Amino acid sequence: MKLTVRVWRQDGPLGEGRFDTREVDGVEPSMSVLELLDRYNHEVVTSGGEPVVFESDCREGICGACGIVVNGRPHGPVKRTPACHQRLNSFDDGATVTIEPFRAGPYPIIRDLMVERGALTEVLQAGGHVHVAAGTAPDADADRITFDTAEQALDFAACIGCGACVAACPNGSANLYLGAKLAHLSALPIPASERGSRARAMLNEADLMFGPCSLHGECAEVCPADIPLVAVSYVNRERLRAGIAGS
Amino acid sequence: MIFKRSRTRSAPQEVPAVIPPGTKAGVKAGSILDPNEPSGPRDTAWQRARDNYRLVSPLNRRKFSIIVVGTGLAGAGAAATLADLGYDVTSVTYHDAPRRAHSVAAQGGINAARAKKVDNDSIHRFVTDTVKGGDFRGRESEAFRLAEESARVIDHMNAVGAPFAREYGGSLATRSFGGVQVSRTYYTRGQTGQQLQVAAASELARQVRAGRVKQYVRHEMVDLIVKDGQASGVIVRHLLTGELKPLLAHAVVLATGGYGNIYFRSTLAKNSNASAAWRAHRRGAHMAMPSFVQFHPTALPISSEWQSKTILMSESLRNDGRIWVPATPGDVRPPNEIPEEERDYYLERKYPAFGNLTPRDVASRAAKEAIDGGFGVGPLKNSVYLDFRDAIARLGLETIASRYGNLFHMYHDATGEDPTTSPMRIAPGAHFTMGGLWADYQLMTSIPGLFVAGEAGFGYHGANRLGANSLLSACVDGWFTIPYTVPNYLAGKLGQPLLDPDDPAVTETMADAYARFDRLLGIGGTRPPRDFHRELGEVLYSGCGVSRTREGLTHAIGAIRDIRERFARDLLIAGPVDRVNQELEYAGRVEDYLQLAELMCVDALEREESCGAHFREEYRSDTGEAKRDDSTWASILAWETGSWDDTPTFTRHVEPLSFEAVPLEVRDYR
Repeated sequence: MKLTVRVWRQDGPLGEGRFDTREVDGVEPSMSVLELLDRYNHEVVTSGGEPVVFESDCREGICGACGIVVNGRPHGPVKRTPACHQRLNSFDDGATVTIEPFRAGPYPIIRDLMVERGALTEVLQAGGHVHVAAGTAPDADADRITFDTAEQALDFAACIGCGACVAACPNGSANLYLGAKLAHLSALPIPASERGSRARAMLNEADLMFGPCSLHGECAEVCPADIPLVAVSYVNRERLRAGIAGS
Repeated sequence: MIFKRSRTRSAPQEVPAVIPPGTKAGVKAGSILDPNEPSGPRDTAWQRARDNYRLVSPLNRRKFSIIVVGTGLAGAGAAATLADLGYDVTSVTYHDAPRRAHSVAAQGGINAARAKKVDNDSIHRFVTDTVKGGDFRGRESEAFRLAEESARVIDHMNAVGAPFAREYGGSLATRSFGGVQVSRTYYTRGQTGQQLQVAAASELARQVRAGRVKQYVRHEMVDLIVKDGQASGVIVRHLLTGELKPLLAHAVVLATGGYGNIYFRSTLAKNSNASAAWRAHRRGAHMAMPSFVQFHPTALPISSEWQSKTILMSESLRNDGRIWVPATPGDVRPPNEIPEEERDYYLERKYPAFGNLTPRDVASRAAKEAIDGGFGVGPLKNSVYLDFRDAIARLGLETIASRYGNLFHMYHDATGEDPTTSPMRIAPGAHFTMGGLWADYQLMTSIPGLFVAGEAGFGYHGANRLGANSLLSACVDGWFTIPYTVPNYLAGKLGQPLLDPDDPAVTETMADAYARFDRLLGIGGTRPPRDFHRELGEVLYSGCGVSRTREGLTHAIGAIRDIRERFARDLLIAGPVDRVNQELEYAGRVEDYLQLAELMCVDALEREESCGAHFREEYRSDTGEAKRDDSTWASILAWETGSWDDTPTFTRHVEPLSFEAVPLEVRDYR
């Protein structure tokens, strides 16, 4: 099949961006949008240009490195699917595919499609962890964690840290990401012992960088890890709990 | 000969340490390597080792600087733990965030010999499974350490937030994996690696925020600084600005993963590479058994030239799926039109005892034989069928879908085909590298002060790794080995200052790094690095892949030299050095692959036997299976290479192996 590919090019965080357009012929419906970019780049490079900078790594939907917007949707047209699994069979032969970087206040553009998502790491550093020194942990079977509790924690722990939720949100809110982490850790007995201090540390840090949530819901629609929208409610729940109960 | 053999319990088939005979042309015989294992019985060796390790007092720890390269399970674990103990730690990763390290992609689980159930698991059974699974080409003493520390790994990861799968009553759930008869694999859905990796990255994040770890993200290690034979630091390149910078330390830990990506199409992440390990090798660290590569039998076949990797499907599919090819070569009928009697369920035919659940190396080899014999299926005739028809008929679609629904979804997503109505197509894909930097029992390489952890080392797995032992070995190295062995090394260095940044060892290594980038950028050819990488991958898959021959390896060496020569002449890198330049990063990695690939072939050529994943077609039993030669090759080969300017020179060092707890036997899955 043949596609017209429009790709965002931008030299740096303060550079002025533009779209480059190129027709790419002979692509196959089973290719992913990232492989389309590989192919696009091959043609750019062999005709003397500079390749489009974009990030990706595992290409099996788990590392969270790929962060692009395809035809206006973070990751691409198929809901809850990472860019590496977005296939070209979503597009008609001859269609135009527009590829842009994640666009959100907390994600400065580094170059072309590459953005800086360090803000996500910073909230993790602030409190998304557990104070247990290596070798001092109790027997993992000592605390009974029921099947349902473990499964619930896993539903929220599935977050791959891609940050598409922020890019999809009109407010630039990270509440799906934050809520998933808070919900995951507060469900487990040892991590839950730091629940209050964790919520305060993470949310204070996040308030400096991300916008508020207005329950728009687009975050869950694009989340490749299928984090349920209810995760956002954990942000206020944990905030309130930390304020009242302390710990 | 300093190899210490212990004699405690009866050792029924203990093999005398053997030194392989004369070497091939172009290969020099080196020395006998000492693994520095504690003497005495192996099952208690780790405790004795720890009892004898030197300590650094808490107040002196901050005087020691340690660099940890890589933030996967081994790297994040080592960095966080050393920092928590009080050392001055610097952590380096080329990712934008530590959590993205490729440990994140492991699916199946993590083994632990906790032996809570009454299925008669034990430390000894774990060691037996690991040593046998590795076809007797790994260190028995290290398998004991792996088993012994495994319980603490699960406890720790549980405490720091990894939600393991649980039984309804609340205890940890386990499952079985290939090559094992007990249930010792702990897991979290199909995302065990992700959950462990996120927990590990969180631990690292805690230490970064506390100011105990200096974190360099988006920095790639480009060289190792060696002064007076000791590792003294690394040179890193900032991937956004191109700035080169020396980082100095008293010890360096490389936890930089495996090099399966050398095959171009592999199950690895696209950025996983060999460069840190290979740069260390070029500075003198021996490379052990580089040709030992595991091919995963249930990867998806290549369907187009632009497919960037082989997608991995979980091994668990083989529990219910039946593997077959048409009985007639070149049969082009759709699978459902091929009647039962015209199908060859070759694994069930050849290995009735294990059937479709034979270990990975055996299953991959059988698939390759079928494909090479013209029985391959699919548009490119490069795959075999994995069929759920009978399982669905027996158990119902609902049951099968509940077991494998997410994998079926993934398959459909990748191929557009529905595995519940038409069989899956699978093919062997390059996966895990058992080979890596040689290290002694303390995980210290042949360069004092340079340690290696996780898949970057060669460790525990011999010639074939058991499923779910890779996450375990990375965790044990990071949390429960490096934090004992690095201080043991540092204790003798108290008062030793860091290298002066103006020291010639630093400035010359920096100059080498500048020169290298200038050279790569200056070639000004016509072909991007990916082209050479793809070519190399094809040469390696056919020459040094699932099976190897003398002729094939010799031919591959010639082909690799040819690619290397063209790379040096015709490489095209678009863009400058002083800002983000992914083509330049890629070119550096491919240049390293082009050297490592030749060493892999030399290693495979040298080892004149078949063992585990290393299958030399000349060395097979009467029934066509891998035939070890314990009288000659019960040893680890560790390589040193000289100049690569013209024709490389190879020196083969040998570490003899002996087995006392696990009697040598022939693997038989029939």
